[in-house]
Amino acid sequence: MSSKPIVSNAFAADTATDTPLRVVSADTATASTEERLKSILSDVLGLDADDAQSLTLDSGLFGHLPELDSMAVAGLLTEIEDRFDIVIEDDDVDGEMLETFGGLLAFVEARMSPDVSAIASDQG
Amino acid sequence: MEVSTWSPARSQSDGKGSKDELIVTFDKGRTARILILPALFDEANKLRRFTLTVMRALDEMGIDSALPDWPGCNESLAALEAQTLEGWRADALQAAQSFGATHCLSIRAGALLAPTQLSGWQYAPLDGPKLLSAMLRARMIAAREAGQSETREDLLERGRAEGLTLAGWPLGAPLVRALESAALNAAPAQTVIDQSAVGGAGLWLRAEPDENTDQATALAQIVAQDLAGQTGEEA
Repeated sequence: MSSKPIVSNAFAADTATDTPLRVVSADTATASTEERLKSILSDVLGLDADDAQSLTLDSGLFGHLPELDSMAVAGLLTEIEDRFDIVIEDDDVDGEMLETFGGLLAFVEARMSPDVSAIASDQG
Repeated sequence: MEVSTWSPARSQSDGKGSKDELIVTFDKGRTARILILPALFDEANKLRRFTLTVMRALDEMGIDSALPDWPGCNESLAALEAQTLEGWRADALQAAQSFGATHCLSIRAGALLAPTQLSGWQYAPLDGPKLLSAMLRARMIAAREAGQSETREDLLERGRAEGLTLAGWPLGAPLVRALESAALNAAPAQTVIDQSAVGGAGLWLRAEPDENTDQATALAQIVAQDLAGQTGEEA
């Protein structure tokens, strides 16, 4: 999986406009899961578009960024639930999932609803 | 802007209320007077500057506003663990009456305290279960990091019985129990303002407190335009 932006303006467009936060279907059609997750992390960490695009699968999160404390992580997970329309169980939350951007992305992709995955694989 | 004090509603005999709490006001005796119900707990800190920026913008648009501290919050000498949702609701009503509020603007979980008698706005309202859930999740993540294991069920059971400290906030048992089922007020006269109408991402998401003048101005403009519309209808 490439960490390069697919569409360089996708992130900026997503956050700079008044796109409703919870319109998941529209997001799904225009941005990859990786882009959407970067967008949420940007909102939590206060990153600009360039900083967000420099996030790689190995970028450290919980335990690596002092400002990302437990309350911020809780807010991050809640926002992921809302924007991806998934449920994150308490047992799902572990160090591996939270430690890197790649770990979080793998978790979200695994949790995306089966029908969405099926559509994605059909297209691929 | 003026910082003064106000007197919450409750009796002092049980030690749960407080004699004086701080209140920030922009008061020039104008027609429109808005009581601000701030976000609660962690979000209150993250949105404090945003909230004041909204009030400054409202002031420039010719609208008075007041932002009270609730007992147990901010500079209050009352204990947070002694506070209840019902108590805060009574305080909010008292604050509205003493300021002579014509409207209220609640921010996030502040909507849980908004007097239903008042018309106004709820900015990105958050209900009790969601508020509690995020705080429980934060506590469980911190516990796991410290090598301990806590479950939501165990924490809630303890919280209902004897209170619980969540993300550093000591909540009494009555407050935990109330938040578990605290739905957003069905106040027909209060309009919900979604974050999408304000633009960008909500500042409560930020790991560290931030400010955003554009968002604050946008929120104040929505309120001011709504007020102008209401006045026009009355006239």
